[in-house]
Formats: sequence, structure tokens, C-alpha cells
Amino acid sequence: MSVPDLRERSNKTARYVWSAIGVGFTLLCILLAAGALLAILGYVTVQGISSVNWAFVTELPRPVGVTGGGVANGIVGSIIIVGIATVIAVPIGVLTGVYLALFGRGVFAETLRLLSDVLAGLPSIAIGLFAYTLFVAPFKQFSAFSASIAFAVIMLPLIIRTSEEAIRGVPRTVREAGFALGLSRYATTMKIVVPAARGAILTAILLGIARVTGETAPLLFTAFGSQFWEINPFHPMAELSLQVFTYAISPYDDWHRQAWAGALLLTIAVFIINLLARFALSFSKR
Amino acid sequence: MSAQTDLDSLDASEAKSQVETRSLSIYYRGKKLAVSDVSIAFPRNTITALIGPSGAGKSTLLRALNRIHELGDGASVEGEVLLDGVDIYGPGADPVLVRQRIGMVFQQATPFPTMSILDNVTAGLRLRGALRTGSKPIEIAEKALRQAALWGEVKDVLHRNGASLSGGQQQRLCIARALAVEPEVLLLDEATSALDPISTLQIEDLMRQLVEKYTIIAVTHNMQQAARVSDFTAFLLGDEQGVGRLIELAPTNTIFTKPADKRTEGYITGRFG
Amino acid sequence: MTTNPPQRPKRSAVQADRIFLATLWAAVGIFAATMLGLIVQLIHGSWQSILTFGFKFLVTTTWNPVTSQFGALPMIYGTVVSSAIAILLASVVGIASATFLAEFAPRRIAQPLASLIELLAAVPSVVYGLWGLFVLVPIFRAYVDPILQARLGFLPIFSGPIYGVGLLTAGVILAIMILPTVSAISRDVITAVGREQREAGMALGSTKWETTWRIVLPAARAGIFGACVLALGRAIGETIATTMVIGNKATIAASLFAPSYTLSSVIANEFTEATSDVYISSLIELGLLLFVLSFIVNGFARVLVNSVFSKSEGR
Repeated sequence: MSVPDLRERSNKTARYVWSAIGVGFTLLCILLAAGALLAILGYVTVQGISSVNWAFVTELPRPVGVTGGGVANGIVGSIIIVGIATVIAVPIGVLTGVYLALFGRGVFAETLRLLSDVLAGLPSIAIGLFAYTLFVAPFKQFSAFSASIAFAVIMLPLIIRTSEEAIRGVPRTVREAGFALGLSRYATTMKIVVPAARGAILTAILLGIARVTGETAPLLFTAFGSQFWEINPFHPMAELSLQVFTYAISPYDDWHRQAWAGALLLTIAVFIINLLARFALSFSKR
Repeated sequence: MSAQTDLDSLDASEAKSQVETRSLSIYYRGKKLAVSDVSIAFPRNTITALIGPSGAGKSTLLRALNRIHELGDGASVEGEVLLDGVDIYGPGADPVLVRQRIGMVFQQATPFPTMSILDNVTAGLRLRGALRTGSKPIEIAEKALRQAALWGEVKDVLHRNGASLSGGQQQRLCIARALAVEPEVLLLDEATSALDPISTLQIEDLMRQLVEKYTIIAVTHNMQQAARVSDFTAFLLGDEQGVGRLIELAPTNTIFTKPADKRTEGYITGRFG
Repeated sequence: MTTNPPQRPKRSAVQADRIFLATLWAAVGIFAATMLGLIVQLIHGSWQSILTFGFKFLVTTTWNPVTSQFGALPMIYGTVVSSAIAILLASVVGIASATFLAEFAPRRIAQPLASLIELLAAVPSVVYGLWGLFVLVPIFRAYVDPILQARLGFLPIFSGPIYGVGLLTAGVILAIMILPTVSAISRDVITAVGREQREAGMALGSTKWETTWRIVLPAARAGIFGACVLALGRAIGETIATTMVIGNKATIAASLFAPSYTLSSVIANEFTEATSDVYISSLIELGLLLFVLSFIVNGFARVLVNSVFSKSEGR
């Protein structure tokens, strides 16, 4: 009679100990994850902050081996390349999303969605190869435009999927009210329903921009990079993440220093765009 | 194409009723019969109430009158719906044009979420580019809002978002929005069901004023409302297969005092539904 | 009696709709064409290599630009092993983190903490690579690898010369990169497990941990697995960070300390210097392999994640 009691009690302690270990382990893991993030961000900040100054942001790179210089052409190049990519991806993506939201049943629509999901998981370097074979090889010319194509392809699935969901999310009653006024499908969809979904769509676009701003792999053989000012999209162009990569794998200490500075700028830019994306979402929900 | 031209240029005095259904049957999902063989004439400048228990097909019938049921899956009709003598389902008839002449207000008041009150009212014209150059949107909005008895309450806040109004005001906004398009017929689908009693009475008063200009057809599950407001009442009932049929159509006074059909009497006295 | 003059019907309404539909179809067409074009171009670009090497390409270990002998096996090995290390580490830490956030964290810190972890996903890969190259590699070379070799050197995977760069380091950096994917999706899936199940567990007198371990996590099993597969897909495709820390050497060695190559990093490293046509074609064929591999893995993940959410929504 007292023996089961004793066993029960010691079993209880063992259970509580195991439970504590379990919870403790999950806590440890999250601290690890948070720690990794802080370690990376901290290191980049510490290493890069002293090198980020007005000169760094406004000057061109100096020749190999010469200290100093900046990433101004990379910053401009990033803006141009991502900008052109956005201009290409947004209309195609949103309109495809509209199509799927309006006519979304059947094999064809499901196939489109499947293609979109497949594209979403595709390694960016394979997309870069695609852009290379279509826009670089035939013209024997690296260009920012080919990089923009690659980036647009990367952005498309996100914009398509979010646009479709956002448009479906607009209450049926709003759509019906538009039709009941005798408005055409075009007017109801594009002037009432899509604007009602614009918060989510804008968020998706911003997230897409943030994603490609941090992409480097496709650039290696599309935009290729440059030491000079360039705004012609049909020429090779410098890009910030590409510059960071090139400097990082080089043997020069000064270039390493500039790599950290560029990495800091890049990370801040991507974080700001992400923050804007979150604001766009909460702003539209008001 | 000719049916479309007819819709424009018909001489109104020739028609006895403004809207008329002839042997109208409505199917959805291709095969399922929802409403069977309904023939009702809706006389010009009158209010006709469609009453009946749920599942009787009242809303389905109403939505066939401005062809908005076509937005659902596989909805189709047999029979005719005549607007001033011309079948709105005839060959060449454009549903978009039909809806510009037969307006609708829904149970759920939905001001367009991204627009101000002013933009909401003028939306029907503005979004299809029908605002003539030189016309002032505010004047159009004022005319419609006065008809909807809302002008006084919103004239100083026209720039505010439509959602900032109360439920009853939003519904009147939707009525104004429908009226700005200058239809001839107004369909009300349980337009007061979601409102408080005071707003409901306000809108009932509104209906009696609007009927001088428009022909109104209103679905309501509120019999007292039908009795208060309408000139004619149609009672619909669904049979065992769920197919809605017209049981009785008569002047409102008659239906509520001396209904001809036993089933009408049963519904009105509250024995079912 | 006033009659409303009927609005002059605008013929252009019908036209507007026609143009509208045409525009939609055009957009859809461009999208579909792009997708198909991608596959077509990759196959077309690989054709020369496929004709030259055939199926042996997949099992040859030689990668020699000088003699124009190309084989994919070292890269397949490198991709598989580095991704395996990555998913092993990331799944444990990621699922545990998600569990903490979903079950044990006080509500007030759960969301900010979750957002913090999700920030990891926003860091550009070149920044990971940079940090990996200048921080992780020296640490591994000086401390981690020697310790592992000292204690576990009898295992072939921890034998051999230590360089700092190599499969293990690449696996670890990949693990950090895919961690937020595992964590975020797992957290969604775990939170989606119905309240009733948790309460039933607690009502039986279990501790919170026991309920989580025995009831909640098993219920979320399929979705968590899907999250891991999705993260695996990301690891397979990662290029820049990998190429900065893996050593870029086309050999197969038993040791995790040895430098290696992945399908993606070889393309990144050598494409712009590829001179001969067959060299370029072989690299594109590696890209095609990468595409196929990622397609299979992501398709599998999609099926898993979809099955979870459609079940819970009762579709």
C-alpha cells in the first residue's frame, strides 16, 4: 500500500525532471537561433560601420590594390536592376493573379498554380542560367536587363500567389455591388476589387523586392558587374551584393573591409524594405 | 443587336407594366431547378413585395431580374423577363446594360472599401467613364443622396470613407449609389434585414418616396414590412423538391385580408415559415 | 409622369471587357511561356553535354576542364551531404524553437521573438557567406574541427586534414540559413493543432511538456515534415554562401572536413570562365539537374503541407 505511493512519487519527480529538460532544450534552441542572428548582425555592424561613410556611398571603386573607393555604382546599379525587374514582374504577376482569382477552376488554372509553386522553390542560379541563355548568349553581351529578367522571374510566384489570395479575399458582396451598378467586369475587377486588395499586393511586391535585393547568384553571369558608372540597362552593370561577393573572395584586405561595409548597407536596405512591407500590410488593414 | 437597340428607344407608354416575367424558370449548377414557371407583372411606379419562407426562391427570382445570378455557377433561365416589353435575356441583350437600368441593393450594405462617400455615390458612373465632361460629381451625388434621404447627414463629410457611417446610413449610401446610375427599376434584396428598427422604418419611408420615380421590387421576410410598404405582394413557396413556385399574386390589401390560397393564409397567419 | 431617359448604352463596355480579358490572357500566356521556356532552355543548353556524356555524367567523378572530362558525381555528393547536415541541424533546432514559441513562451515575448527569428530569413546570402568565410571558417579551423577530430577522429567523417572550409562548415552555414523556414512553418502548423487535443492531454494529468511531446507534436507531424522538406529544397539551391565556404574542389572524400563542391556552387564559380562549348553545356546540365532535384523536393513538400492545411480546414 505504501510501496505504490513511493514509486508513484519518485516517478512524478522523474517526469517533472524530464519535462524540465524538454522545455529547457527548446529554450536552448531558440536562444541558439537568436544568438546566431545577433552574432551575424552584430559582427557585420561592428566590422562594417567604421567603413560606411559618405565617400563609401558616393565614390566609384578604385583599381585593384589601391585602398579606398566606394560602391556608389553598385548602389545605383541595384536600384536600376531591381527597378526594371519590378516593372516587369508586377503587371504580369498581378494580372495572372487576377486571372486565377476570377477564372480559377479547372486543369489549366491548377497547372498554372503548380508552375508558380515550382518556380517559387527554384534555385536562383538556374533562373540566372535561363536569363543567360536567352538574353546574354545570343547578344554576346552581359547586361543589367538580363539580370532584371532573372529577378522578375524570381519575384513572379510570390506576386501571383498573393494577388490571387488577396483578390479572393475581397468579400463577394463588394464584387456584386459593383456588378449591380451595371459596371463591366473590367471596371468592377480593376477599379473596385483589386484596389480593395492593394494592401496585401503591395506587401507582396515589397517582399519580392527585398528578396531579390539580397540575391547574388544570377548576377554572376547576367549583369556581371562593372567598375564604372553605368545606367544603360543593356550594358554590364555593378550591383551591390555582387560587389560584396567579389570583394569578399578576393585576397585584398582593403577589399575585405569594403565587403563588410557593403554587407552592412545591403542588410540595412533589405531590413528596411521588409519593415515597409509589414507596415503596408497593417496600414491597409485599417 | 436589334434587341439592344429596342431597349434604348422603346416608347414607354406602350407597355402596361415595366417589368414582367413570363413562365420564368431558373436553374443553377446547370441542371438544378430552383424556381419554376413564375409569371408576374410588376406595374410601373409600384412596390411589389416578394414574400415566403426561406428556400422559396425569392432572392433567386429577384436576382434573375437583373441577371446578377449569372455570376454564380452555371445559372441559366427558361422563359422571359421583359423590361418595357423587351426580353432582357434575348439574343444580343447585354447584362451590363440591363444592370444599368435595373439597379439592386443588397442585404449587406457594402460601401466600396477604398472610396470616400462622394466617390462611392458616383462610382457607378465614374468607373465606366460615364461622367460627362463638365458635369460636377458633387451635383450628381447630391441629387442621389437627397433621394436616399442621406444628404443632410453627409454633406459636410463627403470625403470620409464610406465605412465610417452607421449601418442604416451605409445602406442609404448604397441606395444613393444605385440611384446615381439613374435606373428605372430598383430591386431590394432583404435590404433592411440587417438594420435596426429605426433605420428600417427610415428606409421604408424612403421606398414610398422613391416609388414616384421608380418601380420597386423588394424581397422581404418581414411580413409587416410587406403589409406596410407594398402595393402588390407575391407569395412564393418551395415544394418538396425545393423548387420555388408562385402561389399567389394580389394587391397587398387583398393578400393580407382575404388570401385566395390556403397556403398563403397559413404563411401569413404564422402557421409556418 | 417623369420617365428617366435611358442612359445611352456605351458599346465600349463590351469592348473594355474584351480588351480586359485579352490582357489577362496575355499575362497568363507570358507567365506560362516563361516557365516552359525555362525548362526548354535548360534542356537545350545541356544538350551537347547530354549527347557527349549520356547517363555516365551522373556517376563520373572526374571534373576536368582541361581534358574536357565532366562528371556530376562530386557535385551531387557535395549537395547531398551539405544539405543533409543542414537539415539535420536545422530541423532539430528549428522544431525545438518553434515548439518553444508555440507552446512554452509567454505570449508577450512569443511574437517579437518569432519575428526576430524570421529576420534571419531576410539576411542576404552573400552576407551569410561573408560571415561564414571570415568568422565561421577560422573558428572551425581553430577549435571545432580539431576538437571533433580529437574526440571522434576514429570516424572516417572526422578524419583527414583540416582546412576550415569544407562540407561541415557549409552544412552549418546552410543550417542557419534554412532555420527560419523550418521554424516559421512548424510554428504555424503546431499552433494549428486544435485546442481540444491540448486540453484533453492536460486533463489526463500530463505536464505541458508531455502533452506537447506526446500529443501536439505528433499531431503536427505531417506539416513539420513538410516544413523540413521545404527547407531542404532551399538548402539544395543555395549558391553564394555555399561557394564561399565549401572549398570549391571537385572531389569526393569521406571526411566532412574536406573541401567539396555543390551543383550550384560549381556553376557560380566556373561559369564565367568556362571556355569550351562542352564545358558550358556541362555546367548548364548541372543546372538542369539542380532544377529536377529541386522540383522533386519542392513538389513533395507542397503535397505534404497542403495535405495538412486542407485537412484542418475540412475541405
